Amino acid sequence: MADLWSLFLSAAFVENLPLTLFLGLCTFLALSKRPETAVGLGIAMIAVMGVTVPLNQVIYTAVLAPGAWAWAGYPEMDLSYLSLVAFIGVIAAIVQLLEMLLDRFLPKVHAAFGVFLPLLTVQCAILAGSLFMVERNYDLAESFVFGIGGGTGFAISVIMLSAIRARLAYADLPAGLRGLGITFILAGLMSLGFSSFAQMAAQ
Amino acid sequence: MTAPSPLWSTFTDPLVRQNPVTLQILGICSALAVTTSMPTALTMAASLTTVLVLSAGIISLIRRHIPDTIRLIVQIVIVASLVIVIDQLLQAYLFEISQSLSVFVSLITTNCLVLGRTESFARLNPPGRSMIDALGNGLGYSLILCLVGALRELFGAGSLMGLQVLPLVEQGGWFTPLALMLLAPSAFFILGGLVWAIRSIWPDQAEAPDTVPPEVEEGA
Repeated sequence: MADLWSLFLSAAFVENLPLTLFLGLCTFLALSKRPETAVGLGIAMIAVMGVTVPLNQVIYTAVLAPGAWAWAGYPEMDLSYLSLVAFIGVIAAIVQLLEMLLDRFLPKVHAAFGVFLPLLTVQCAILAGSLFMVERNYDLAESFVFGIGGGTGFAISVIMLSAIRARLAYADLPAGLRGLGITFILAGLMSLGFSSFAQMAAQ
Repeated sequence: MTAPSPLWSTFTDPLVRQNPVTLQILGICSALAVTTSMPTALTMAASLTTVLVLSAGIISLIRRHIPDTIRLIVQIVIVASLVIVIDQLLQAYLFEISQSLSVFVSLITTNCLVLGRTESFARLNPPGRSMIDALGNGLGYSLILCLVGALRELFGAGSLMGLQVLPLVEQGGWFTPLALMLLAPSAFFILGGLVWAIRSIWPDQAEAPDTVPPEVEEGA
């Protein structure tokens, strides 16, 4: 249990997806202009990562991993090179399914998510979650915790960034730095803050 | 715009002026993660440019046959197959670099730059033109990647392409490496500065100020 908790903390803070691993930056920067959209995006991220990472783990061990077809008489079979296509397909399907389910049963939540759900199909952070899961050999419980943790880390940092950017409306910036430029520098400063978590974990 | 020929400007525009990274905010995810040194940045840039050009060509060739409703899935599958080929090639011939790139080669699949170009350009234009556009965008991306990679390697380790340029203190020289340059935040700072520099040269790219302060909610 303690292991899972520390895995959650490290996925959320030490290996924060956008700020230390640079994953999902496109949406991170593009959708952090207003706090409300950032909250929607954060929740969607947690939901999608919490579902897709464990599901991909099941698919990987059952079908794609080297030796997974040993029961059928093909112990040599190694389909792991197909994992990329499989993962993308699973993510696209889950996102679509989630959208249809929410639309049917929880229309209010669906309206709150807005356009972010379909966008998540091409989100690098979500695919990376599944790829890291393979690289580090997580089991089912671990990959669930890792997915939730990664999503939480993303949500926290995108909400923080959007809050800071909302404040910038009152700041007088040089013309060239407005918008994208200052956002990069803000993200850099936040990333500096998050790198202190890595120091804490090392001790 | 007084371009000599439209084809030429299709190629040169994305290099600096319409740079995909600094203006269109596309494909930043991988641009920062792999730039701790020149060799990884170069490998990544070459892989991405190859995938971009090939996928633009293929999608442009079959653009009349893809049903509109499932085009995203078709495009992703084409890109993913190309990425798998590149990944296997790298593992076969450049194993060390492919280890240090870790999952980022696979992540070219979800690089917004690839899908952005196929969706907005290759889907609507003939193959030759699309591939030139893709090449221009790929080179623009590579330019930023190499610049950031070179700066980080130079100041973080005092070397370029593994060659020692600035003599380090521990080897009897004068240069103390800035450890920060090898960490994540510096990539953000360098790119932020780069965006600032480009937008100071072409002021028309500067974004409009948010003159309307965000509405403050009660109790927020």
